[in-house]
Amino acid sequence: MWEDRVRPRLFTYTGGTKMKGLASYWRLIPQRYNLIGTECNHCKQKFFPPRKICPTCRRHGEIKSYKFKGVGEIYSYTVIHAAPDGFEFQKPYALGLIRLVEGPLVTAQIVDCKPDEVEVGKKVEMVFRKIFAGGKEGTIRYGYKFKLVD
Amino acid sequence: MQVGIVGYGAYVPKYRIKAEEIAVVWGEDAEKIKSGLCVREKSVPSIDEDTATIAVTCARNALEQAKIDPADIGAIYVGSESHPYAVKTTSSMVAEAIEATPVLTAADYQFACKAGTAAMQTVMGMVASKMIKYGVAIGADTSQGKPGDALEYTASAGGAAYIIGAENVLAIIRDTYSYTTDTPDFWRREGAEFPSHGSRFTAEPAYFRHVLAAAKGILEKNKMQPKDFKYAVFHQPNGKFPLNAAKKLGFTNEQVSTGLLTPMIGNTYSGATPLGLAAVLDEACAGDKILAVSYGSGAGSDAFIIEVTKENEKRRNKKTVKSYINKKEYLTYSIYSKFKGKIKGVSLEK
Ligand SMILES: [Zn+2]
Repeated sequence: MWEDRVRPRLFTYTGGTKMKGLASYWRLIPQRYNLIGTECNHCKQKFFPPRKICPTCRRHGEIKSYKFKGVGEIYSYTVIHAAPDGFEFQKPYALGLIRLVEGPLVTAQIVDCKPDEVEVGKKVEMVFRKIFAGGKEGTIRYGYKFKLVD
Repeated sequence: MQVGIVGYGAYVPKYRIKAEEIAVVWGEDAEKIKSGLCVREKSVPSIDEDTATIAVTCARNALEQAKIDPADIGAIYVGSESHPYAVKTTSSMVAEAIEATPVLTAADYQFACKAGTAAMQTVMGMVASKMIKYGVAIGADTSQGKPGDALEYTASAGGAAYIIGAENVLAIIRDTYSYTTDTPDFWRREGAEFPSHGSRFTAEPAYFRHVLAAAKGILEKNKMQPKDFKYAVFHQPNGKFPLNAAKKLGFTNEQVSTGLLTPMIGNTYSGATPLGLAAVLDEACAGDKILAVSYGSGAGSDAFIIEVTKENEKRRNKKTVKSYINKKEYLTYSIYSKFKGKIKGVSLEK
């Protein structure tokens, strides 16, 4: 259930079609490749995914782009055993809620480890990985995942 | 104008498969293979890694050391024989992932295992002619060996990136020299899944002819001898060829051992010479001279004379080649087959 809620934010799910979601994938490249969100100049709060208006300062705030460091810790996680289409060969895998050092929570796969190595509180860092490929002839979509810091 | 390395970054995936694990599948003698090829195990990319993810990781590691503004990067070239797309560049993805876009030029190279060093030569020339301030050259691969073929014991994954510039260099590239001929020792036709090779034909007329000619050529041109170098790196399709080449040229095993990675990680193809050089730079000190000679089937060799500066010790690369090599997890042949998409009827990309 929670997996269903998380899915749309992890990637643009394309099912069998090759082209669907291409424009939204392309638009989100700065977020997906580099964790680019926003920061409120007034209260210094940082947002990911990016917000256009600071909920605290409203029109007094001034929003600018902010690149997250890509480090944080595991706030919570779940192990996926019944994986969605396109991820079935990776199961079982850990899907985590990562608390970035700057504050926001990000949902991402935790890779390069067995699910039983994942624990709440463990330090993680961002890696650049293949997320999804639209068949042998479609586009390959890349983006952030996280791995445990040694 | 002095051109050199401003920063470099290496990456080797965490997974390994041992020669024993492959040999038992094909009924071969693992000990004989290990001593014949001098390869004990090889790196295997994870199910979500490919040449683009490796190239991006290397480029980010290089940028971390170089500490330059990515907007000052004027060119990115990625050399590989396993670019994820036949049409659509790996280099533009790297450019985006290190925020070097949009004002730069980029392209993908292929020249079997020497595509990465060809990229280095290109950016060297562009920096020297003041066409660009910095250029990034990357050699990265996730190479495939046909199941049961000798190449299956060596074809591995990894890469290294070099940021080339004229200021604050941690190593000066004194000279480069290439030797190229039309030699059909190894090839893969468009659409073919696995490469083919000319078996014994790959040694004398291919690897040794080109590597030795390029090495001798650059030494003669610069009036230098093997004893002038602290380190030498030769392309390493297996663990044996580079040692033989070194011996024929008059280099000792000691000069070659730091940059000889194939016994532990296999042949990373376009990543091989760049990674070997990175392993040397991880340890080299001011004044040390390095000879690096790549080899790409088809065929050609690029030789480089590199001299390390004080900057290298001041800004030591923190993500060393050794740290990547030591961090490993072994796979069984069956999981390896799944990771590499070798299981019939199962498409990992759907
Ligand atoms: Zn605010």
